[in-house]
Amino acid sequence: MTNERELTMAKAIAEAIDQEMERDERVFVMGEDVGIYGGIFGATQGLYEKYGPERVMDTPISETAFIGAATGAAAEGMRPIVELMFVDFFGVCMDQIYNHLAKNTYMSGGHARYPVVLTTAIGGGYNDAAQHSQCLYGLFAHVPGLKIVVPSTAYDAKGLMISAIRDDNPVMYFFHKGLMGLGWMKYHPRSVTPVPEAPYTIPFGQADVKRTGKDVTIVSLAMMVHRALDAAEELAKEGIEAEVIDLRTLVPLDKEAVVNSVKKTHRLLVVDEDYHSFGMTGEIAAIVAEEALDYLDAPIRRLAVPDVPIPYSRPLEQFVLPSAERIAATVRSMMG
Amino acid sequence: MNLTKEHLLAMYRQMWTIRHFEDEMAAAYMEGKTPAFDIGSGPVPGEMHLAAGQEPVAVGTCMHLRKEDTVVGTHRPHHFAIAKGIELNKLAAEIFGKESGLGKGKGGHMHLFDVEHKFSCSGIVGASFPPACGAALAAKKMGKDWVAVAFAGEGAANQGSFHEALNLAALWKLPVIFIIEDNSWAISVSKRQSTAIPDNSQRAAGYGIPGVRVDENDVLAVYEVVGEAVQRARRGEGPSLIEVKTDRLYGHFQGDPELYRPKDEVPTLRANDPILRFGKQLLEQGFATQSDLDAAREAAKADVDAAFAFARQSPYPAPESALEDVFVS
Repeated sequence: MTNERELTMAKAIAEAIDQEMERDERVFVMGEDVGIYGGIFGATQGLYEKYGPERVMDTPISETAFIGAATGAAAEGMRPIVELMFVDFFGVCMDQIYNHLAKNTYMSGGHARYPVVLTTAIGGGYNDAAQHSQCLYGLFAHVPGLKIVVPSTAYDAKGLMISAIRDDNPVMYFFHKGLMGLGWMKYHPRSVTPVPEAPYTIPFGQADVKRTGKDVTIVSLAMMVHRALDAAEELAKEGIEAEVIDLRTLVPLDKEAVVNSVKKTHRLLVVDEDYHSFGMTGEIAAIVAEEALDYLDAPIRRLAVPDVPIPYSRPLEQFVLPSAERIAATVRSMMG
Repeated sequence: MNLTKEHLLAMYRQMWTIRHFEDEMAAAYMEGKTPAFDIGSGPVPGEMHLAAGQEPVAVGTCMHLRKEDTVVGTHRPHHFAIAKGIELNKLAAEIFGKESGLGKGKGGHMHLFDVEHKFSCSGIVGASFPPACGAALAAKKMGKDWVAVAFAGEGAANQGSFHEALNLAALWKLPVIFIIEDNSWAISVSKRQSTAIPDNSQRAAGYGIPGVRVDENDVLAVYEVVGEAVQRARRGEGPSLIEVKTDRLYGHFQGDPELYRPKDEVPTLRANDPILRFGKQLLEQGFATQSDLDAAREAAKADVDAAFAFARQSPYPAPESALEDVFVS
């Protein structure tokens, strides 16, 4: 028995980047406060000290310029990792992401490659209100051409980051602030996991069954995986065994894992910290309706942010974010 | 001017290649669109932005560039693509939506990508500046003396991307040259109506980099000014901003009624055609005989005709190939 080392998600991400920078000279990092500060959420901690300002580049607050520059540098064979500090800031640079990074490969007939990893912070629950608390991965999963990665644990975060850096396509990598293990923000303890020191990859498009169960399938990602697991523990005391599926990547999406689980449990609840309408929960519900409708013993249920901006005040925000209690209550209502 | 007769004739021929390409495209574009104009019909559907009249800026710039230098163009990209050396066949075939095109028919005339010749462009105004900075950054990181050129129209100099990119390029001393084609019109809005200062090159002062205006639509004038900027970039001395006065002989897009334009503007411009002027100059200065000029023009025409024939004869892509190439494997 060896005692496996445990890491926070932020340290796991930084370690993955570090190991890839060591392995491949073409990998470099740019973004706001990624240098001496180490990234506002710690995703690049220690890299500046090791690699210096040539490879860990603080940028001006010019997201259009530096995200577009990442696309241009990738076209030349570099492998940039570029950070959009909060996903909420997408509005100032969306053209370079949506119309260029995502589409250039297709418009080139598959000839041009853009190995860019665009990292960004998501999630609320700490009263940062409507412009600093969104998830929005559904928005980026919607446009064809971006791979979408949303880890929920340190172990997944490292393996998925190494896969992202080695991928020849644009990858958006969303880390949830409440899972990063920051000293200044409460984090879910389950996000801290054993992480092997040696580099390893986790393939995209492989969901992870974080808990097995026979009575209901709960599909989620990021923080809501942990809320679902918390709910599942409560439900188990009542004799309800929930299976919790962590999608881990939205593009590509592991439809099979979802469909197979529903065929086993006959019930589906989809939980998301993104907005309710036109998003991940609707997509998963539609897939199950198309491919496993006959297996369902109860209507599909969804829990997500109820189509309002994220409010500031604590009781308001806690009301709109799906909680373990509400997940458990919803499952109970499906068991009749 | 250190140009040999061969270089000068090559420039002259390339200008004619561009002009013939655009004129042929204008004609092909109208096929299937008369008597009733429907933008989606005919062998060349969709929007069409032609660069006839703007040959000097493309040819005068790209004569300084090597294959490993990067060019990022605009929604009006054919002259840049041709001057950068893209194969005419693949260019024409892409615009005809054919499988043999640069992007296998997936890009179209505003979205041309040639990895080999390091050319790309975009249909979004102002989008060329950031990726050109990235190409220049990559060159610097790789220790190469390659440069990147971002072309844009004068309307694009009012986009935030222009100012963000100039600051970034100046800050990081990137080997990039920003070239503004001032053809006076942003679709129907004149530069006077849209831009607070008459000369965009003055905006270089805000970023502490050289800014030069070329005030005539003249290929040798462009060649001279861009040459200094390219040398400066190759020496590692950072970016430059150049604005070139040029003239758009066609509308913003084909089918543009051009009601905003004074009626005598285009005839006046055509009377002062930059290719004819350049030819006359070559004759007068003894760099070429009339038969040299005629041969160059005919060779250009033959190249364009062959490319259009290739494009027309090429098969369309299989419809289901629309599902391919979202990602590379």
